[in-house]
Amino acid sequence: MSSSPADAILSARGLTKEFLGFRAVSDVDLDVREGTIHALIGPNGAGKTTVFNLLTKFLTPSSGTIFFRGDDITGVKPADVARLGLVRSFQISAVFPHLTVLDNVRVALQRKAGLDTQFWRSNRVLDRLDDEANRLIDAVGLSAFAGHDAAELPYGRKRALEIATTLALDPPVLLFDEPMAGMGVEDIGRISDLIRRIAKGRTVLMVEHNLSVVADLCDRVTVLARGEILAEGDYDTVSSDKRVREAYMGSEDE
Amino acid sequence: MTSLTQSGPARPEDKAATAAHDRQKNLSRIGLVVAVIAIIGLIAAPFFVYPVFVMTVLCFALFATAFNLLLGYTGLLSFGHAAFFGGAAYFTAHAAKVWGWEPLSAILLGAAGAGLMGLVVGFVAIRRQGIYFAMVTLALSQMVYFIFLQAPFTHGEDGIQNVPRGDLLGLVDLNRPLNIYYFVLLIFLVGFFAVWRIVNSPFGHVLQAIRENENRAISLGYRVERYKLAAFVMSATIAGLAGGTKVIVLQIATLTDVAWQMSGEVVLMTLLGGMGTIFGPSIGATLVITMQNYFATSDVPVTVIVGVIFVLCVLLFRRGIVGEAIRLMKR
Ligand SMILES: Nc1ncnc2c1ncn2[C@@H]1O[C@H](COP(=O)(O)OP(=O)(O)OP(=O)(O)O)[C@@H](O)[C@H]1O
Ligand SMILES: [Mg+2]
Repeated sequence: MSSSPADAILSARGLTKEFLGFRAVSDVDLDVREGTIHALIGPNGAGKTTVFNLLTKFLTPSSGTIFFRGDDITGVKPADVARLGLVRSFQISAVFPHLTVLDNVRVALQRKAGLDTQFWRSNRVLDRLDDEANRLIDAVGLSAFAGHDAAELPYGRKRALEIATTLALDPPVLLFDEPMAGMGVEDIGRISDLIRRIAKGRTVLMVEHNLSVVADLCDRVTVLARGEILAEGDYDTVSSDKRVREAYMGSEDE
Repeated sequence: MTSLTQSGPARPEDKAATAAHDRQKNLSRIGLVVAVIAIIGLIAAPFFVYPVFVMTVLCFALFATAFNLLLGYTGLLSFGHAAFFGGAAYFTAHAAKVWGWEPLSAILLGAAGAGLMGLVVGFVAIRRQGIYFAMVTLALSQMVYFIFLQAPFTHGEDGIQNVPRGDLLGLVDLNRPLNIYYFVLLIFLVGFFAVWRIVNSPFGHVLQAIRENENRAISLGYRVERYKLAAFVMSATIAGLAGGTKVIVLQIATLTDVAWQMSGEVVLMTLLGGMGTIFGPSIGATLVITMQNYFATSDVPVTVIVGVIFVLCVLLFRRGIVGEAIRLMKR
C-alpha cells in the first residue's frame, strides 16, 4: 500500500465495491489535494456515484481504506463523516420537498447553531438563522423562491438549492455529484462562478459530465471507466490520453 | 475560510417570498381560532353531550395525536402503538386498584411505563425502514400482547375491572362527572400542547427533514437514529398518557387495549383526519368513536362500516379531512 502525499486531504487506497459479484468500483487509489477542485469524470455507469457513496460511507466498501486528513475514516458512519467536514450532494437532487426553500437551508444551519435537539422551544428561535440562510439562497439565485416549497421548483433550481444547503455547513471538503445537471446555460455559469468562489480555502471533488466546465474549473481530473482509474492529471494531459479518448469516443468530447 | 456570499439590497422578487410567508401566517391564525373555538366547545360539552363519551373521544384523540407525531411528522409508520396505549392502561389500572394509588400518579406511572416500552421497541425498530419498520413494531407489539395475556396481574381475558377513579391528589372526588371531565380535558390539552410544541420546535424541524429525505438529513450530519428514537419515546409516552387516562374514565383495562386491532384503529383515525396536521388525528378519532357508538347496535358489524367509510375517505380525499381543508385554503 502506497502512502498518500502529505497535501492530500482525502485519499482512498484500493477502494473496491462489489454488488453481488459485479465490481462497480475496482481497486481505486485516489488523492484529492487540499485546496484544489478535482473532477471525477467517466462514461455512464463508470462507478463515479458509487465512489462518492463509498467516500461518504453511504455504502460500505468491500475492501480498501479511506483517509481524511490522514485519519482512517473507513469505519465512520455517514452522519459523522459529514460532521468531520466532508459533505456531499446527491446526483438525484436531494431536497426536503415539503419544506420551503428557506426551511431547507435552515435545516442545514440549525445543527451547527446548536438548535437541533430543543423540543421544548418554539421554532421561532430558528429565525435568527434567516439572514445567513437568505444570503446562501441569494448566492444560488433563489431569492424569489424562498417561500416556495422545494417540491415546486424546477429541476435545475432544486440542484441550486441543494448546493445552498451543502454550503450552509461551511465544510472544508465538498463533494458534488453532477451539480449542474439539468441547468440552463445561465445557471451553469452562475454555479461555476459560485463553485470557483467557494473553492477558495476549500477542497472540491466533483462529478461532472460537461467537459467545458471541467476544463474551465478543475485543477485535476481523474477518469474512471468500468470501475477502474483510466487516467489522472490536469485536463490537457487527460484529454489527450488515447485510452480516455477511446472511452469517450462518440460522446461529449470537443 | 472566505465568505461565501455578499448580501444585496432587497429586491422586488422578495415579494413572492413575503406572500408565501403571509399565507403561512394566515393558516396559523386560522389554526389559533379553531383551537380557541374547540377549547370553548370542550369546556361546554359536558352540559350537552354524555360526558363519558366525550372523555373517551378525548383519550383516543390524544392517542392518535401522539401517533401522528411519528407518522405525520417523522415519517415512521408504527403498527404496534397499542402496546403503549394498552400497556399504560394495565400499569395505571394496577397502580390505582391494587396499590391504591391516587389517579394522577397512576396515570403518570402508566405514561412512564409506556415510555420505557417505547425505548425498547424503538431501539430495535428504528434500524429498519419503511414497511420493515412497521413489521418490527407489529411483531414486538404482538410479543407485548402475549406477555400481558400470560402475566397474572392482568387477569387474562377478564382484564382489570372496577378500577377506582379515586380522589385527584387526595382532594377532588373524580366520581363526580364534572370533576373527572375537566380533569380529563386538562390532561388532553396538556398532551396535545406537548405534541404541538414538539412539532413546532427546532427538534421538530429536524424530524420533518428526516421525514422528507432521510439520506439528505444524514449527509447534513444528523445522526437520524437518535432523533427517531427520541420521537418514538415521546410518542409512546403520550400514547401511554392517553391509555392511562382512559382507564380512569372507563375503569377497565383489557386485552382489547393492547391488541393489534387497536394499533390499526389509531392508524385509521390519523389517516382519516389527516396525518401531518395538528388537528387531523383528533377529528379522525372523533369520527371513528362516534361511528362505533352509533353503529354499535346495528346488524352490520361496526368494523365493516368503519372500513367502508375509511376506504371512501381515502379515495375521495387522500390527505384526510384536515389535509384537504388546508389544501383548499392554501389556494
Ligand atoms: N446499489 C447497487 N446495486 C447494484 N448495482 C449497482 C448499485 N449502485 C450502482 N450499481 C451499478 O454500479 C455501476 C456504477 O454505477 P454508478 O452509479 O456509480 O455510475 P456513475 O459513474 O455514477 O454513472 P452515471 O454517470 O450514469 O451517474 C453501474 O453499473 C450500476 O448499475
Ligand atoms: Mg452517477
